[in-house]
Amino acid sequence: MQETMIKRAKELLADGTVSRVIGWKKGEFAYDTTPAVFETAEELDRDFAFDDFTAANVSKYLVKESRKEGKILAFLKPCDTYSFNQLIKEHRVIRENVYIIGIPGGPKLDAEKIKAKGITGILGIKNENYTLKIETLYGTETMPFYEAICGKCESCKSKKHVIYDELIGEDGDILDSNRFDTVEKLENMTAQERFDFWREQLSKCIRCNACRNVCPACTCEKCVFDNPKSGIENKAASDSFEENLFHIIRAFHVAGRCTDCGECSRVCPQNIPLHLLNRKFIKDINELYGEYQAGADTVSRSPITDYTPDDCEPSVVHERGVE
Amino acid sequence: MLKISVNKLDELFAAIAEKQTLYIPVDREVGIAEYKKWEKGMEMSKALNTVRSAKDFFFPQTENLVDFRKEGKNIEVIDIREESEDFVIFGVRACDARSFTILDKVFLVEPVDSYYKNRRDHGTVVTMACTRPAETCFCGVFGIDATEPEGDAVCYNDGENIFFKAHSEKGQKFIDSISSLLEEGDTSKLDEVQAKTREILKKLPLANLSTDSFGGDKLMENFNSDKWGELSQSCIGCGTCTFVCPTCQCYDIRDFDTGHGIKRFRCWDSCMYSEFTRMAHGNNRNSQLERFRQRFMHKLVYFPSNNNGEFGCVGCGRCLSKCPISMNIVKVMKALEVK
Repeated sequence: MQETMIKRAKELLADGTVSRVIGWKKGEFAYDTTPAVFETAEELDRDFAFDDFTAANVSKYLVKESRKEGKILAFLKPCDTYSFNQLIKEHRVIRENVYIIGIPGGPKLDAEKIKAKGITGILGIKNENYTLKIETLYGTETMPFYEAICGKCESCKSKKHVIYDELIGEDGDILDSNRFDTVEKLENMTAQERFDFWREQLSKCIRCNACRNVCPACTCEKCVFDNPKSGIENKAASDSFEENLFHIIRAFHVAGRCTDCGECSRVCPQNIPLHLLNRKFIKDINELYGEYQAGADTVSRSPITDYTPDDCEPSVVHERGVE
Repeated sequence: MLKISVNKLDELFAAIAEKQTLYIPVDREVGIAEYKKWEKGMEMSKALNTVRSAKDFFFPQTENLVDFRKEGKNIEVIDIREESEDFVIFGVRACDARSFTILDKVFLVEPVDSYYKNRRDHGTVVTMACTRPAETCFCGVFGIDATEPEGDAVCYNDGENIFFKAHSEKGQKFIDSISSLLEEGDTSKLDEVQAKTREILKKLPLANLSTDSFGGDKLMENFNSDKWGELSQSCIGCGTCTFVCPTCQCYDIRDFDTGHGIKRFRCWDSCMYSEFTRMAHGNNRNSQLERFRQRFMHKLVYFPSNNNGEFGCVGCGRCLSKCPISMNIVKVMKALEVK
């Protein structure tokens, strides 16, 4: 796949269709690819990577990249195309300046999950028939491929590309995912249990803002929490509840716009399952306003910002709040 | 050397905790080790290191500095400093132990930071020699020996026993305080373990990372390098690297209006953030390139320039593991290296 992608990218650079390519660059180890922009065939040959560890969603970079001169080629996985579509809908990317090649999705791997098994000193990782063969400084280790996949890939919602100019490989289908299972578990808890669950999880937050900064729905030029003039800028929590509120407010802000790309949880250095907050909103929207998938298209109105006579009444909050 | 069986760790921890507060690394959940106040039944983490560094003990993420209360036209300044309790941090790795030396150079030079010094004076650092370094480790590049950590006292684990050695008066006092549990032990197995670890350290993929292109005298060539654009292009500007870093020491000081008075607090800040060190004179770092460059220039050029050539990195590898987009100091050093 990597070779096909490099070949096609070089063709599109050579015939002038695009002047830059965004993808992923090889790292120091077997697992640390970095999103990168390539401008020449030499750079692509030397550094371009597409493997089990290219989980990062490059859609958000296109907010800036699509505003630069010339067209950019973007390789988007199915989940990434939802983010890109949503950004079109919000007028945050310039569609004409991006040439999209849809590429197959995951499941992608998460090196932290391999390390959590106590496997350390990793020198190389090979996928042999869905068993990972891991060369380490301490000998060869093996583990099942599926135990190392990214959290976001565990409940993949779609293998279908919702936007592209061309595809490499076959397009897939929207999947019947299990992504609301954990949300349901949380809903079935008592209010106190749920409160305790989130307090425990959110108390791990170190306020690094990685979740916000990586989020393709968080594209404000200046976040209120970074703006000294907003009156609510906060670099530090004034009490132990403030981090909790930060995440809840952020989830509200992206409600109806979050495509469930899962990047927030992927990047959290403290493994907080932040995506569950967003999924709760998605599940509620589905139940209260009808099925809706943000990013599935570029024209439909979001239920949260659109009024219809069938909308649920505000009293639903009270009704559903009863224990 | 004095030793205790690894089976008696609980007894050891209980004995330490009887005299002063004890913190040990524990697994909060799979893959997330953190320091916690020891309580009976807690098991020490087998992880190589904690996600958050040990700097939190001396330089916490937030702390109140002073309170103000206003009555009429008078402002009362309330000194809220209190003598810290004595505490022991057990199981600190060689990298984090060195980070304290680096932080000392920032906080203990004149004017001495009394908040930091208070905790430093009352904390006893008990380190643990590494036996299973990871591929992300490169402390050796900065002259740190993972098998011989610094600290007030150092422990060595040979799989069966933990051996103790004091490096300071505080460390000796610590060992004396638990001496009834310790006995003289044969170190032949430990010597083997140490030799084996040293072999691994030599084989680490980053063992030969070069620092030759950096240092206080390499200012302009590094600052003006044309590599910064490419290196910083995918940086998302979060603070993960700075917050998990054991040597990052920048902070902000703010006033918080509680409604009943003012609390002046300080909190960690990150040079990756857009409003970091915004000043009236105007030449702020407005692009992510400048912010990104600042972080690495600080560690590799400015800090050594002010501290007799000592680099501001200890090679713990946390940023290598935790950066959302896997950009880190190693990639920067390799890209900027003049061959």
